[in-house]
Amino acid sequence: MRRTITLKIYRGDANGGEEKSYEVETFPGMVVLDAVRQIQERQDSSIAVRWNCKAAKCGSCSAEINGLPRLMCKSRVEDYADENGVIRVHPLKTFPLIKDLVTDVSWNYEKAKQIPPLTVSPDTPRPFRMQQMDVERLQQFRMCIECFLCQDVCHVLRDHNRKDGYFGPRFMVKIASLDMHPLDIVDRRVQLRNEAGVGYCNITKCCEEVCPEHIHITDDAIIPLKERVADVYFDPVRALLRRLRGKKGA
Amino acid sequence: MESFETFEHDVLVIGAGGAGLRAAISVLEAGLSCGIVCKSLLGKAHTVMAEGGAAAALGNMGEPDSWEVHFRDTMIGGQFLANPRTVEIFAKEAPERVLELEQYGAVFDRTPEGLISERPFGGHTYRRLNHVGDRTGLELIRTLQDKVVSLNPTVYMETTITRLIKEGDRVVGAFGYRRGSGRFVAFRAKAVVLATGGWGRMYKYTSNSWESTGDGAMLAYEAGAALQDMEMVQFHPTGMIWPPGVRGLLVTEGVRGDGGVLRNNRGERFMFNPEYMPDNYKGKFAETEEEAAKWLDDKKNYRRPPELLPRDVVSRAIYKEVLAGRGSEHGGVYLDITHRGADFIKRRLPSMYEQFMALGEVDITKQPMEVYPTIHYTMGGIRAEPETCATTVPGLFAAGECAAGLHGANRLGGNSLTDILVFGKRAGEGAAAYAKTASFAPLDQAQIEAEAAVLLDPFINPGRESPYEITRELQEAMQEGAMIARTEEGLTACLQKVLELQERARNIHVEGDRHYNPGWHTARDIRFMLKTSEIIVRCALERKESRGAQWRLDYPNKDPEWARKNILAFKEGDAVRLETAPVPEMPEHLAALFDEETLRKR
Repeated sequence: MRRTITLKIYRGDANGGEEKSYEVETFPGMVVLDAVRQIQERQDSSIAVRWNCKAAKCGSCSAEINGLPRLMCKSRVEDYADENGVIRVHPLKTFPLIKDLVTDVSWNYEKAKQIPPLTVSPDTPRPFRMQQMDVERLQQFRMCIECFLCQDVCHVLRDHNRKDGYFGPRFMVKIASLDMHPLDIVDRRVQLRNEAGVGYCNITKCCEEVCPEHIHITDDAIIPLKERVADVYFDPVRALLRRLRGKKGA
Repeated sequence: MESFETFEHDVLVIGAGGAGLRAAISVLEAGLSCGIVCKSLLGKAHTVMAEGGAAAALGNMGEPDSWEVHFRDTMIGGQFLANPRTVEIFAKEAPERVLELEQYGAVFDRTPEGLISERPFGGHTYRRLNHVGDRTGLELIRTLQDKVVSLNPTVYMETTITRLIKEGDRVVGAFGYRRGSGRFVAFRAKAVVLATGGWGRMYKYTSNSWESTGDGAMLAYEAGAALQDMEMVQFHPTGMIWPPGVRGLLVTEGVRGDGGVLRNNRGERFMFNPEYMPDNYKGKFAETEEEAAKWLDDKKNYRRPPELLPRDVVSRAIYKEVLAGRGSEHGGVYLDITHRGADFIKRRLPSMYEQFMALGEVDITKQPMEVYPTIHYTMGGIRAEPETCATTVPGLFAAGECAAGLHGANRLGGNSLTDILVFGKRAGEGAAAYAKTASFAPLDQAQIEAEAAVLLDPFINPGRESPYEITRELQEAMQEGAMIARTEEGLTACLQKVLELQERARNIHVEGDRHYNPGWHTARDIRFMLKTSEIIVRCALERKESRGAQWRLDYPNKDPEWARKNILAFKEGDAVRLETAPVPEMPEHLAALFDEETLRKR
């Protein structure tokens, strides 16, 4: 392993900025977050970076390492340094920059507010009885640590900036976890089709590739949700019935 | 002075981990306005790190569990320093709080009957850790976060409170800064709930995140509140030790609950060494490896393995093994769960598998882990009333890890997640009830200006001290002098160093501006860390006995006199004043839950 590496970190704010180079002394097991913190401690304490747990559990230290959306605390420097020992660290591109590696992810918190919470019939006996096999698939979705790397890589949000039309993979996963809850009684299909915009996803699976929790976002959440919506809105028999009855929805 | 925003809420909750969020739910459900301040983004608080589960005697596993047994386990685990009334409320209300969480949307692992599955853990007589794999904390915080968001609070993310504002005796507001802009911000409130977590960052090797800098305890202390049992800092027996970058990272007790065994470099399961078995637990644990192995499949007829003794006991044993030259390659011991098979391990301990694979290049389904005690939790903190979580200062409430009274000298694993539910709720209700009878008060400009000057000093200070360097030296000093094995000599040297660093901290200088500047943030955090450290060390010097997390090599035994005393710390000018207060007596109905010998040997 190299004794020193070079981190090229994006320094700047909403008004623009540029990469700056820093030499970093390595140690066994060093991750990119360690390297950034070492620079903070020894060279420039004003580098803005978000981090909390340094154990890949809180999802705070999201960034783009060599252009790849990653958690800095889970990315070992030896895996990312190129032949010259250089690693490039930039902020998430999909969200407005606050400073250096810190972006304004508040849009995500606004979307979360729009999703109706779990709603269980008052007639359901307490305590709940649910089988492991019935909760397992939503437990996968609940592993999400809200690092928003999936939101960062999503073409709809990143390249087309359609934050007005699509909630993004993180919230497809969230809606799926509620929709597939054995006791939830909310019909989430209208929201999915309209404001949440599940139709925008064109299943490139980029989100799935970057998920540090290895959630099968596209296969297990988005595609089943698309099918749920299609069942109602694009089933020719139902469409005919709807027309005959003059009703919207199912 | 520059202008700044001032917000007004009936109740201000500082901290948005489990305790803060649960408190906010109570405030909002009481129909009051609630502001939630969090140092990070919402949902990132230290609660996400909790792994094993939430202890509550639901009795879903066919064992005769009850609140009484949970009460007894918690009192014994805490070596009788806890407030019995606090523990009684806790043990009685924990099951209800867990079930409520399920109704908010938490999805726990299930038993074959479809109920919440409960796992065994250190110091708990029966299986009672309600869990979701090994990521129970994440489930808990996300569930509470969703519930809070549905009740429409105002959340101030990335906002740091550095001083409580008082009017006379009473707390009427708070002051601090927004991280992003660096602008000052003030809050007027009728009541304030502190739910800021612990202070594990004072140590070099810690399982705590950067936020654990002791803000809540210091805000309360500065406001005149009593701190209690500050010497009680928990060392979790199993932290990662290799590679150096991840040293201190937690390895959940769930590994041992699910059959993981501890071995030294001779391959011996050293926890079977009778020398490590405390009197209180004699006869309650398996005495042979065969019996321990049978327990895995038949928990009713066999006793549990001694790896599941309380954390203070296992930590000391590991310390002694390493000291005696029986340690692993990198100076720890081996924790091995390979015998349980890859499928089982990946299903029950998915984040441990991932953590070791990604960060340590160790496949825990094939190789043992290397572990050593790591700083994990602070039992001491702000003295709080059991019923309402009121502190000794009017208008100020405290819940969760920053409060004291439930865990005594040693916390049992799993009790913290239910602590934050039970007392988060009670603190929210206590603060709401108080707020309904109180009025808003104007914020005293002099207090605000004094704090603003403290905050801005590092930019204009001509000194050359770096906040990071002082943090590093503090962590080394605490690791050296106030760690698992303590002596008068080591503690005194540590105190000297802490006081010296406090002096040096007067000369901290930082560059740059106030716009998201971590160097500047650290300059303020370190003041709290230094004062908290001083109090920890002074209390550890004061308690001349060994009890729970406080292990004094020069006073190796329990002292029945000290069994009846809590140590309180108060601010007196710049000095720390210590006094003792009697541990509240157990009423008859609670004392009757113990045999006489246990009480006599406390």
